[in-house]
Amino acid sequence: MPEEQPMVQFKDVEKVYQGGNVAVEHINLEIHKGEFVCLIGTSGSGKTTTMRMINRMLEPSDGQILFNGKDIHKIDAVKLRRQIGYVIQNIGLMPHMTIYENITIVPKLLKWPEEKRRKKAKEMVDLVELPEDYLDRYPSELSGGQQQRIGVIRALAANQDLILMDEPYGALDPITREALQELIKNLQEKLGKTVVFVTHDMDEALKLATQIVVMDHGHIIQNATPTELLTHPANKFVENLVGQDRLVQARADVTTVEQIMLKNPAAITPGKSLAEAISLMRKRRVDTLLVTDDENHLKGFIDLESLETRYQSATSVGDITKSSIFYVNKNALLRDTADRILKRGFKYVPVVDNDQKLVGIVTRASLVDAVYDTIWGENEDYQASDSAKESATPTDQEPATDSAAADDREAPKEV
Amino acid sequence: MFAFLNTHGSELITKTWEQLYISAIALGLGVIAAVPLGILLTRFPKTAKVVIGIASMLQTVPSLALLALMIPLFGIGKVPAIVALFIYSLLPILRNTYIGMEDVDPVLIDAAKGMGMTAMQSIRQVEVPLAMPVIMAGIRLSAIYVIAWATLASYIGAGGLGDLIFNGLNLFQPDLIIGGTIPVTILALVIDWLLGRLEYHLTPVSERA
Repeated sequence: MPEEQPMVQFKDVEKVYQGGNVAVEHINLEIHKGEFVCLIGTSGSGKTTTMRMINRMLEPSDGQILFNGKDIHKIDAVKLRRQIGYVIQNIGLMPHMTIYENITIVPKLLKWPEEKRRKKAKEMVDLVELPEDYLDRYPSELSGGQQQRIGVIRALAANQDLILMDEPYGALDPITREALQELIKNLQEKLGKTVVFVTHDMDEALKLATQIVVMDHGHIIQNATPTELLTHPANKFVENLVGQDRLVQARADVTTVEQIMLKNPAAITPGKSLAEAISLMRKRRVDTLLVTDDENHLKGFIDLESLETRYQSATSVGDITKSSIFYVNKNALLRDTADRILKRGFKYVPVVDNDQKLVGIVTRASLVDAVYDTIWGENEDYQASDSAKESATPTDQEPATDSAAADDREAPKEV
Repeated sequence: MFAFLNTHGSELITKTWEQLYISAIALGLGVIAAVPLGILLTRFPKTAKVVIGIASMLQTVPSLALLALMIPLFGIGKVPAIVALFIYSLLPILRNTYIGMEDVDPVLIDAAKGMGMTAMQSIRQVEVPLAMPVIMAGIRLSAIYVIAWATLASYIGAGGLGDLIFNGLNLFQPDLIIGGTIPVTILALVIDWLLGRLEYHLTPVSERA
């Protein structure tokens, strides 16, 4: 496949405010589909300015910004904004509109019929686990955290692929904040959205981002993945921003899911019969099978309960497949994933590559191994007498290339 | 009192009606002119100061003098009275519309714009509904002024309840003065109450006090 066209591309962009105040200079940045990009910097670094130029809330003084390859200057600003989700720090829910009206502002602007809007609104509140009767309430009847949930889904309701978020959680308490970070990360991964997220909180950036853009005085200082940022900060400024604690910790903290996953998950295609499914379960000694299509794309899972109850009525695996499945990307950091697996109480989590193809599985047993290594590896600083001196991470292991992963993928096919 | 109503009853009804419709037309024109102007001025803050200054100045012209000034321009009768009252109704509506629109949280306007509302959609769907209580307060204030001052319009031959009152003054008949004043007061109260109901219905549910 040729080099994918970036969703958003900054070409030598400059913004000078009235009075000659230079906000940003020489910004060159590519944002690809499906990325979670955090713009981070101190106040006045130009991060918000950079973000607001994407949906033409601010016009660049010089340079060019492309959205899906098209110069945004040639797109009608109003039409452009309706394609881009927008979440702001102060939430900005319309106090005089019900939650339903708030969620469906953009669909209404796009003249969706009432029925479709109603359906979408219900789907959206379900997505953030709020009860449907909230739709008829007013924003003031909701807590701050609930309001920002609505703020987030309002930005998704018209199926926007790109979401801009300007310090959306800045005003929330730490617990709510964490819950909402989980939420946006899950939504972004599940729905394949591209997010541009402005923050000044490094923890937040490290937790959420797949790409971190560090800015200072209107310049991009470093544009890297969280792991690179932790392992190779570009200069003193980035080091300070990241903080010494995290840099020390990072050494033991950069294990990716791919490094610990089991590479031979029990999987089956939807066309197979239930009898075949049962015999595979028996052979592999498992009670759940992952369902993949012929290209090995993850489609869902089947479990023993549904197999048992629907054995009479269903004929193929496809009939009883449950499609709501939680999965992680193979490049996700273990520290984040472990946290989520444990919190949500899953027994296992399938691992997919960037094309949604199943490449492995992380079980609680594999977590135990990883946690064991990490704890005993890291604690040598504090417990000199500790006998477990083995390195926390297999440092020499190169991340597998896509073709290598493809070879591993053959394994489940032996069914 | 019955004797008064017997002799002046039908006159009272016609005069009240005249008073009402002179005021209503003046106020209606005031709303039509001042609300859009007030909204427009929020887009041009520098011009706004000048325009509101001029409106304030007009407000300070004594009402009798203003009515008299209308005569060379429009002659006598209802037209000059309506024009003069219209000028008086402008300021409260204009100022309240401007303040109400300015007071809308800029965050909400930013959100509306960022979601892809045009300027017009933002005004109609976000800013005006939120500014509505303040705008309506201005309209109610204007309504009371206009109804009260319409009494003076009788001086330039516009008719209305002022006729009764001035007759009473000229003929030393206190019952005519009282008989003219009470309906003006009642009229003002009733209109204010009706506008209050209107305000309630125009105000978004969540913003109602």
